[in-house]
Amino acid sequence: MATIWVVGELNGDGSLARVSTEAATLARTLATAAGAEAAGIVVAADPSSAATELATYVSRVVSITDPEAAGHVWASIAAERVAEVIGSDPGTTVLVGAGPDGRDVAGALSALTGLGVLVNAIGVTWADGGPAVEMSVFGGKLITTSGFTSKGGIITIRPNTVTAEVAGTIGRIEPAAPSGSLSLPKVAITEQVVEAGAAAPIEEARIIVSGGRGVGGAAGFELVASVAAALNGAVGATRAAVDAGWIPYAQQIGQTGKIVKPELYLALGISGAIQHKVGMQTAGTIVAVNRDPDAPIAEFADLVVVGDLFEVVPALLLALEARAG
Amino acid sequence: MHIVVLTKPVPDPAAAAERLGPDHRLDRAASPAVVNANDEYALEAALKLVEASGGEITLLTMAPAGGADTMRKALAMGATRGIQVTDPVLAGSDVRSTAAVLAAALGELTFDLVLAGADTSDGGGGVVPAGIAALLRLPYLSNAARIEPDAGSGRVKVRRITPTGYDVLEAPMPALIVCTQALGEPRYPSLKGIMAARSKEIAARALADLGSDPSGLGGAASTTTVLETRRPPARGATTVVRGTPGEGAAAIVNFLATRRII
Ligand SMILES: Cc1cc2nc3c(=O)[nH]c(=O)nc-3n(C[C@H](O)[C@H](O)[C@H](O)COP(=O)(O)OP(=O)(O)OC[C@H]3O[C@@H](n4cnc5c(N)ncnc54)[C@H](O)[C@@H]3O)c2cc1C
Ligand SMILES: Nc1ncnc2c1ncn2[C@@H]1O[C@H](COP(=O)(O)O)[C@@H](O)[C@H]1O
Repeated sequence: MATIWVVGELNGDGSLARVSTEAATLARTLATAAGAEAAGIVVAADPSSAATELATYVSRVVSITDPEAAGHVWASIAAERVAEVIGSDPGTTVLVGAGPDGRDVAGALSALTGLGVLVNAIGVTWADGGPAVEMSVFGGKLITTSGFTSKGGIITIRPNTVTAEVAGTIGRIEPAAPSGSLSLPKVAITEQVVEAGAAAPIEEARIIVSGGRGVGGAAGFELVASVAAALNGAVGATRAAVDAGWIPYAQQIGQTGKIVKPELYLALGISGAIQHKVGMQTAGTIVAVNRDPDAPIAEFADLVVVGDLFEVVPALLLALEARAG
Repeated sequence: MHIVVLTKPVPDPAAAAERLGPDHRLDRAASPAVVNANDEYALEAALKLVEASGGEITLLTMAPAGGADTMRKALAMGATRGIQVTDPVLAGSDVRSTAAVLAAALGELTFDLVLAGADTSDGGGGVVPAGIAALLRLPYLSNAARIEPDAGSGRVKVRRITPTGYDVLEAPMPALIVCTQALGEPRYPSLKGIMAARSKEIAARALADLGSDPSGLGGAASTTTVLETRRPPARGATTVVRGTPGEGAAAIVNFLATRRII
């Protein structure tokens, strides 16, 4: 039986990354449509916790314990082990996240296997014996659907493309050892630094509260963070705010930052420049607070509150608090 | 130190004139081309390294013939020379083919570092550099926020941004590094730089010059194909609320509640 593979990515603590639970859910849907099996691969020095979790989504998980993965950059090691497992059948489909680790795996895996790559999928269906991959291009002006000429290939999946859902049954785990020595150079990790106040990853957040130049400074971002906390969301920012040093680059959304697709995007003091828009326009709901009713964001937001954010936001915090009771 | 920076001409996203041709391929004549924004960060990082400890910068591009004009701007920022791989066969190249051609072009050079951008604004998914590194068996260091080469030991240290902070990576050179904006704002070309760029060399290379077999490369060998295109669903009408801060806040809460977000 043909296999739809999903590469399990790991969080820092060894648990399964959220994007992989979504990719695995998608793999299962595709496998059902294709009459194939959905299977996962986890590569780590200790793959057990991620493999156990992945097995709640797909019917089979190859769990590779690779001691080399300790103290070394994960992606190229993972790509090589995945290549060993999936072989070189050009009809093989592999799903992986579209974040930094997933991209690195996809590029190396393509070079190792000769499989093609379709990137940043916002939806995948099964059609004509292969995956049909939807992508948003040209800053969201167009949606393309693409396929692989060989009916198989590697697909990087944007976070929040599907809602993760565990399967009714738990898949079997096949423990495995690496089958040979690595041909790609390993890169040593000599130090791991956790930055104080490192914020929740914005790519995966259901709700993002973002601040722009209108927020005025680092102190203003504390206000943004309070709204995010009240809504159980993450904090995002425009490049103007990042360049000013009010918030780290990891929170930047847009052309040179991250592309996000939350259910709610609350934009505070953000004009909505094209380079910002391309990073957030596929959000389910966009709400903006802006002094200027003619700011470009008013052209694509669902709700615009015209007003000073330093007045509207405190009132919003009170209203949310009152609602929470 | 010799640094190669991978730069790609892309349709200017600010012009917002991109479209697909009848063959569903990007119509590169439809919009003015610029250097991919993320590649300018890589170039800026290279310029700073060379300013600090000497060396040269070669820009490497795979692009249609017109790409040379776009490369002049990057040369004006201070790169030493450019190499452009152009071949009619290459139109419509996929990720695999792009990585193979750039790897072949790099194979002709001696370098300490290759720097690439995080991704390309014309639909690239940030996967080409990892493919190049794998083909050339180069150490691959991505998501870089700081780059510290040490000529003495022949090793390079990179801060790789992680979801919770950063990892410090170390590898022998030559190595391939994917850059982020955290490396610092690209400079504007100076007048002197613009003048100097006019006489800088841009070497044109065809597949035959690289000794590459064209049969597995380019549009004809593409592993991917566009099946269909459509416009995204239009967003609904915008509701605009003016009033007191309290009314604005209440409008937001009601809106979110109606949409079952809270
Ligand atoms: C190559 C390139 C790449 C880029 N990449 C990115 C990117 O990845 N992400 C990104 O965000 N930008 C990017 N930009 C920058 C982008 O063009 C804009 O400059 C930026 O998005 C503007 O940020 P802003 O909305 O915070 O600031 P501004 O455009 O200055 O807007 C601030 C808004 O806040 C409002 N405001 C001010 N004070 C208040 C107040 N008290 N209450 C309510 N509203 C208030 C104003 O009316 C205004 O609309 C890029 C630019 C280039 C050239
Ligand atoms: N045709 C190309 N010519 C030169 N560099 C490229 C080309 N395609 C991709 N790159 C490099 O690889 C990076 C990522 O590209 P991509 O994988 O297409 O998003 C870019 O930022 C460039 O540095």
